[in-house]
Amino acid sequence: MSTLFLENARVIDPAAGTDRQANLLIRAGKIAAIDPSEVPADAQRHDLSGKIAVPGLIDLHVHLREPGGEEDESIESGTLAAVAGGFTSIACCPNTQPPLDTQASVELVRQLSLRARHCRVYPLCCISKNREGNELAELGVLFAAGAAGCTDDGAPVADAELMRRAMEYTLMFDKPILSHAESLPLDKGGVMHEGLVSLELGLRGMPAAAEDIMVSRDIHLAEITGARLHIMHVSTEGAVAAIRRAKKRGVSVTAEVTPHHLTLTDESLRSFDSNFKMNPPLRSARHVEACVNGLLDGTIDAISTDHAPHAREKKIREINVAPFGIIGLETALPLMIEKFISSGLMTWPQLIEKMSVNPSRILGINKGSLAVGADADVTVIDPETEWTLTEDAIHSKSCNTPWLGRRFRGRAVMTVVDGEVRYKI
Amino acid sequence: MSASAETWGAPPAEWTRSHLLGLETLSKEEITLLLDTAERFRGEVLENPLGTGRKIPLLAGRTIVNLFFENSTRTKTSFGLAGRRLGADVVEFAAATSSLSKGETIIDTAQNILAMGVDAVVVRHSCPGTPHILSRRLEHCSVLNAGDGTHEHPTQALLDILTIRRRFGRIEGLTVALVGDIAHSRTARSDIYGLKKLGAKVIVCGPSTLVSQGWQKLGVEYSYSLDAILPRVDVFNLLRIQFERQVVRPFPSIREYALLYAMNAQRLAACKKDVLIIAPGPINRGVEITPEVADGPQSAILDQVTNGVAVRMAALWLTLSAGRKNSK
Repeated sequence: MSTLFLENARVIDPAAGTDRQANLLIRAGKIAAIDPSEVPADAQRHDLSGKIAVPGLIDLHVHLREPGGEEDESIESGTLAAVAGGFTSIACCPNTQPPLDTQASVELVRQLSLRARHCRVYPLCCISKNREGNELAELGVLFAAGAAGCTDDGAPVADAELMRRAMEYTLMFDKPILSHAESLPLDKGGVMHEGLVSLELGLRGMPAAAEDIMVSRDIHLAEITGARLHIMHVSTEGAVAAIRRAKKRGVSVTAEVTPHHLTLTDESLRSFDSNFKMNPPLRSARHVEACVNGLLDGTIDAISTDHAPHAREKKIREINVAPFGIIGLETALPLMIEKFISSGLMTWPQLIEKMSVNPSRILGINKGSLAVGADADVTVIDPETEWTLTEDAIHSKSCNTPWLGRRFRGRAVMTVVDGEVRYKI
Repeated sequence: MSASAETWGAPPAEWTRSHLLGLETLSKEEITLLLDTAERFRGEVLENPLGTGRKIPLLAGRTIVNLFFENSTRTKTSFGLAGRRLGADVVEFAAATSSLSKGETIIDTAQNILAMGVDAVVVRHSCPGTPHILSRRLEHCSVLNAGDGTHEHPTQALLDILTIRRRFGRIEGLTVALVGDIAHSRTARSDIYGLKKLGAKVIVCGPSTLVSQGWQKLGVEYSYSLDAILPRVDVFNLLRIQFERQVVRPFPSIREYALLYAMNAQRLAACKKDVLIIAPGPINRGVEITPEVADGPQSAILDQVTNGVAVRMAALWLTLSAGRKNSK
């Protein structure tokens, strides 16, 4: 195992309250020392002047597609995209084929990710068998096999009693239950956010109420069960308000928001480009503002990508049949630098809290720290480098992103996982 | 004397668009130019008493493909007739089903057609925006929207507006009510955009599950009661209930709908004396309109059909002429 010496970086460790120029010594997969008086002769030295070293970024919401959807993404390509985007740990969703509802499928994902040797992968398992919302999956077995939490993701549990039981059952394992909060009947046939733009375009709408209702339901269930509820991809003003109220009265609820819900509105759909079709849909400016404010005031804990790769032949279909979702692992950090750091809305430590410290806490994986003795997962960011997003530059198998051709400033330039340099430009 | 290609004159320089995708993006002047051109085609070509004179070979040698992914009788026939009256070759592309159920994507289909050397594609598709996507993919080929899902149907709106203008001599200041399934109507959207640009007042009227209050924010009045608006409306456009587009059933029964919204003799009696009744067709007799109204003197439903050919001739001539200019 290599020894690394990262010198002259601006080291930001929000958990320790650190933000200063420092040198990091990494040995045997751990942070061995900060500003050591002696550097071992065998240490691989990296001069990081002008760059920022932060605890490795963590994405709570990634679709790796394997097994079953290898035309869209594989564990190899998805985890490579993750380290290229600066993520050292990701949680992956169970909506694969077969879904992650058996010990074997969870172990498969873990084994393939170890073999890929890019980032750490924390599989999320299903709540219900086959994500059908009828009976509980064997959560105890699945957690023992390595699942970090459970969710039926895009097939949200419709039966409130089953959801309540699932929450109660997770208590004894102390694992989070993640909710894609959507009332499916209200969104049936929907393509975009329901509002003036959908009215004008004649595209069937998905009302904000479809999200608000399920967020409220799950909050009430978390309140009576005490489960660790995590609301995925919050996109509405109502959801932000409900989570804010719940946190005030002590409900154990956390929440995430995606870069696209923080930066794009339903106006984008006027292009009829399916790269603006996602679920939850891009909402109107009022909702985007509410999400930004929710993130700034701590109502929303984390930024997650909902990285949803889809092969080109699927996404170029007509907008009403094209699948929902865009890739996000390689654009999240630059977009968030632009949105929050360049604008002055957040400090660097605040952004790293949302992208590393808080996601670690939500998953309960003891990461998000650069303290001596911590696992050596480090993301090195060059905040000044300018680059353009092109298909050739994308490591994911799919290129379904609305930001192709866009110029960015800032990105991850080196990603260290478990004490090894897993990505570097 | 019959009109001829020699004496017809050059296409107007003011028209620069090689596609006709919708009325939302057109200016008042562009819509008026389309209407004036259609009026001229109607007067000088379509109403020419000599059979041979009903053709003017302004688009001789050009090829137009009818690409209909949804069933259509009148629009397809009307476009076909319009193209032939202009001397173009019109080909039907047998797209009985949308690419939804086939392996081929719409882009593949379009590229195939383009490879055949086509000058214009008239496209109808169940998905909003499909003509727009096509227009971005097809170089040197005009795209005309013959209805994209529940979004727009520009030539239908143009023929509606031409029919109204021929009856009243103007659009400005008129009150036009669109009655029925507004939510699922592409004609309603195009009518709204076109009529408002030309200065009409538009009311959308129908069951509250099919009439969004959001239209108010776009400068359109809404009403759930047909009876309440009868005396102050100049033109009623009676839209068909689009059962095939409805994801959920928006009202309890057709009977109940007809009781509330059918234009019948009794309701007609409460209207202005010179009220004009139009309908995009195919009409459901007994649902949105009763036979005595459909066939009565206030109805211009058949006049609309004739205007449809004229409007499509204008659309084809203008877009194809601009396309040729743009590609040079």
